[in-house]
Amino acid sequence: MKEILSLDHVSYTYETEDEKPHKAIDDVSFTVQDGEWIAIVGHNGSGKSTLAKLMMGLMYPNEGKIRVFLEELNDETVWEIRSRMGIVFQNPDNQFVGSTVQDDVAFSLENNGVPFEKMVPRVLDSLAQVQMEEFLDHEPHHLSGGQKQRVAIAGALAMEPQMLILDEATSMLDPQGRDEVIRVVDDLKRAKGLTVLSITHDLEEVLLADRVIVMNEGKVMMTGKPEEIFAHGDVLESIGLDLPFASRLSRELRKHGVNIQGEHMTEKELVNELWTSHFNK
Amino acid sequence: MDISFQQVGYSYAVGTPFEKRALYDVNGSIASGSYTAIIGHTGSGKSTLLLHLNGLLKPTDGVVRVGDVNITSHTKSKELKTIRKQVGIVFQFPEHQLFEETVEKDIMFGPMNFGVPAEEARTRAHELIKLLGLPEDVAKKSPFDLSGGQMRRVAIAGVLAFQPSILILDEPTAGLDPRGRKEIMELFYTLHKEQNLTTILVTHSMEDAAQYADNILVMHEGRSVLSGTPEEVFSNADKLSEYRLGLPRTVAFQRDIEKLFGKSIGRLALTEDQLAIAVSQALKEEGER
Amino acid sequence: MLEKMIFGRYVPGNSFVHKLDPRSKLLFVFLFIIAVFLANNTITYALLLAFTVLVILIARIRFYFLFNGLKPILFLVVFTLLMHFIFTKEGALLFEWKFIKIYEEGIRQGIYISIRFLVLVLMTTVLTLTTSPISITDGMETLLNPFKKLKLPVHELALMMSISLRFIPTLMDETDKILKAQLARGSDLTSGTIKQRIHAVVPLLVPLFVSAFKRAEDLAIAMEVRGYRGGEGRTRYRQLAWKNRDTFVIFLFAFLVAVLFWLRGGN
Ligand SMILES: Nc1ncnc2c1ncn2[C@@H]1O[C@H](COP(=O)(O)OP(=O)(O)OP(=O)(O)O)[C@@H](O)[C@H]1O
Ligand SMILES: Nc1ncnc2c1ncn2[C@@H]1O[C@H](COP(=O)(O)OP(=O)(O)OP(=O)(O)O)[C@@H](O)[C@H]1O
Ligand SMILES: [Mg+2]
Ligand SMILES: [Mg+2]
Repeated sequence: MKEILSLDHVSYTYETEDEKPHKAIDDVSFTVQDGEWIAIVGHNGSGKSTLAKLMMGLMYPNEGKIRVFLEELNDETVWEIRSRMGIVFQNPDNQFVGSTVQDDVAFSLENNGVPFEKMVPRVLDSLAQVQMEEFLDHEPHHLSGGQKQRVAIAGALAMEPQMLILDEATSMLDPQGRDEVIRVVDDLKRAKGLTVLSITHDLEEVLLADRVIVMNEGKVMMTGKPEEIFAHGDVLESIGLDLPFASRLSRELRKHGVNIQGEHMTEKELVNELWTSHFNK
Repeated sequence: MDISFQQVGYSYAVGTPFEKRALYDVNGSIASGSYTAIIGHTGSGKSTLLLHLNGLLKPTDGVVRVGDVNITSHTKSKELKTIRKQVGIVFQFPEHQLFEETVEKDIMFGPMNFGVPAEEARTRAHELIKLLGLPEDVAKKSPFDLSGGQMRRVAIAGVLAFQPSILILDEPTAGLDPRGRKEIMELFYTLHKEQNLTTILVTHSMEDAAQYADNILVMHEGRSVLSGTPEEVFSNADKLSEYRLGLPRTVAFQRDIEKLFGKSIGRLALTEDQLAIAVSQALKEEGER
Repeated sequence: MLEKMIFGRYVPGNSFVHKLDPRSKLLFVFLFIIAVFLANNTITYALLLAFTVLVILIARIRFYFLFNGLKPILFLVVFTLLMHFIFTKEGALLFEWKFIKIYEEGIRQGIYISIRFLVLVLMTTVLTLTTSPISITDGMETLLNPFKKLKLPVHELALMMSISLRFIPTLMDETDKILKAQLARGSDLTSGTIKQRIHAVVPLLVPLFVSAFKRAEDLAIAMEVRGYRGGEGRTRYRQLAWKNRDTFVIFLFAFLVAVLFWLRGGN
C-alpha cells in the first residue's frame, strides 16, 4: 500500500472580523492509502469542507503540513497536484463552467494544455464512464441535478486523477439522483482503483467506505471501519450524527428483549441474523 | 380550512414555443387540521401543485378551493392576498429569502406586510427565536452572519411569524445534518399538533411521510395517482415502484421478514418503534411454538 | 411578453447559414453593416432588401416567426417611416389634409431609412438565430486575437461573456423563486406609490445579489481546482473550421459591394 495523502497536525482558522476566531480545523492528522475509499462525516460546520479546500490547496494550513502524492502541498506543487485530483462540490449549478456538457468536461483539459487531438477521446471516454455520453450538447439548465453531478464527475475524470474528493456531492439531489451518482463512483472505484474521499451525511454512502473519519468541532473524533464506528452509536448521536437503519433497529429490538449478536449495518445482515439465531437452534 | 383540487391543470409559459404542461387533471382534498405528505418522483409536479395553494400560480384549468375561496384562471390577484395570509410556505432552501439587516427585522417582514403592528411583530419574532432554539442574541445580528442551520431556522420563523393556519413545507430539511433534520421535522410536528395547523409536506423521504403524515398524495407525471393513509399507500409496493418510488425502510424490512417467516407479522409498521415491537412479538410467538 | 421576443435568441437548425463558421458570419454581418451605407438610390436599397430576404430564405427561418418576434422593433421602423413622412419638407407636395403635408422627398427618405434599419435588424437577428452564443463568443475571441498585442484581455472577455450566457437561465430561475418566496410572505410589488414600489424591490434584490455572489465564489473555486489560471498555456476544445463555404461568403460580400458601387447613383 502506498500513501496518497497525509495530514500532519493541520490547523486552520478563517480570517474574520470576529474578536475570538475559532479554529475551523484543529490539529487534524490522518493518512489515506492508494485505492482506499474514505468517508468523512460530521455535523454542519464541523470543518469538512474546510478540510477539502485545504487538500486542494485553495488555502494553506496555519499550522502543520499536508502531503499529497508524497509531495508537500505548497505554491510550487499545487498546480501539478491539482491536475491529479478531482473534486466535486455540493451545488450542481455552481460548478458547471462550460455552456454545454462537452465543453464543461473539456474545461480542465484546456486548462492543463492538453492538445486538441487528445481532448476529444478523453471527453467522450469520461462521459461514457458516467453514462452521460448521449448528452454531449445539452445545456446545464436542461439537465437534472444528478445528471449535472455526473457531468462534474466526468469533468474531474478527464484529467485521469488518482484521487476523487466528493464534498456532499449528493446532498442536494433527490434519491434517484443520489443513487445514480453513488453507483457511478462505486463502479469507478472498482474498475480503476480510484482513491475516493467522500464527505457526506448519507449513511448508505458511509457504508461503502473502507474507513470512516468522524469530525467534531474541527477535530478528528474517531476513525475506523464503518462497523467499528457505528458500534459507538451513543457517541455519534451525541454529536448530531445518525446510525444506519439496521443499527438503530437492532438497538430497538434489543430493548424489546430480542437477542442479537454483533453489529449489523445493513438490513440484509440483520434479517439473516434474526433468521439464523431464531430458527437454526 | 379545507383544501380541494378539482381537475386542476397547469402549463408553464403558455403560448410560446417553450410551453410545458406540468399538471394534468389533479383531483384530491386535504382536510382541515390534517397532516398530508405529497410524494412523487422529481418533476412529477409537486412544487407546481403547492404554488397553487396560495395563488402564486393560478390553474390553467379547473378549480383550487382553499377554505371558501375558489381559485381559477380568472381569479384576480387582489383576492389572493387574504389567502396568502392564511397559507405559509417554507420553500426548499428557505434561507435564500433572507434579506433584512437583522434577524428580528427579517422575521417581522411577513407579519408587517399582512398588517400586524410593529410592536406585536417584534414580540412574535422574539418568541419564535426562542421556539426555534436559536440563541437570544441572534435577534440583532445580520442573518448572513449565521451558520447554515441557523439561517434555515430564521427563515422558517419568518414564515411562522404571520401565523398561517395552513403550513406548506417543500423539502424543508434538504442539506441539513441528521440532527438538524430530525429537530426541524419534530418541531413542525409539534406545531402541527399544538396549533392545530393544516400541514402539507413535500418530501423525498418515504420514512418522513410514513412517520408524520395522516394522509399521503402520490403524484406521477403531473397527475394525482394515488392517495390514502400511509398504510394504504405503502401496501401498494408494486404501484409505487411503477411511479418510481420506494417503500419506507421500516415497511421494506417488514416485508423481508415476512418473506422469511412465510406469513404476515401484523399491521404495516410505519415507525421503527412499531417495527421493533412487531418483530419482537413475532419472534416470541415463533419461539413458543 | 418577453418570452415571445426573438431578438438575440438562438434556434438550432441545419441550414447553410447555420453551418457557416461563426467567424465568417460575424465578419460578414460587421462588414454588411458598413456596406449598407453605400446604398443611395432606389435600386441599391432594393438590392439590399432582396439580398436580406434571400439570406433569410437560405437560413430557413420562417417569416411569420420573424415578424412575430420582431414586432416591437417593426413598430420602431414604422414609427421612423411616419416621422419622415410628416417632417421632411422637400420635393414636390404630394398630399395635403388639414395641417398634414406630405412631400415626395419625405416618402423617399422615410422608405430608405426604414429599409436601412430593417435590413440591419434582420441581418443581426439572422446571425443570432443561427449561431449559438458559445460559437459567437468563440468567433469573437478568435477575430479579436490580434488585439491581444494591444493588451486587450481578449480571452478573459470571451470567458466572461460565455459564463454570463451560461448563468442567465440559472439566475432567471433564481429570481422567480425568490419572488415567489417574498410574495408568499405578503410582499406586494404591484400596488402602492412609486416610493413604496421601489422599496418593495429590496427583498428581491438583496437575496438575488447574495446568491449571485455565492455562485460567483463557488464558480471561482470550481474553476481554480480544475486548473484554471488564465489564458496562458491553455488549449482549446472548440476548434473553428474555416471551410470553402466561408470563403465563398466573403467573396459573395465582395461581389455585393461591387454591385452596390456599380448601381449607386453618382454624386
Ligand atoms: N469563508 C469562511 N469564512 C469564515 N468562516 C468560515 C468560512 N467557511 C467556513 N467557515 C467556518 O468554519 C467552520 C467549518 O466550516 P465548514 O464549511 O468546513 O463545515 P462543514 O463541516 O463543511 O459543514 P457543512 O456540513 O454545513 O457543509 C464553521 O464554523 C464555519 O462557520
Ligand atoms: N418555471 C418553470 N418553467 C417551465 N417549466 C417548469 C417550471 N418549473 C417547473 N417546470 C416543469 O414542470 C414540471 C413539474 O415540476 P415541479 O417543480 O413541480 O416538480 P417537483 O415534483 O416539485 O420536482 P422535484 O422533486 O424535483 O422538486 C417539470 O417537468 C419541470 O421541468
Ligand atoms: Mg461543507
Ligand atoms: Mg419541487
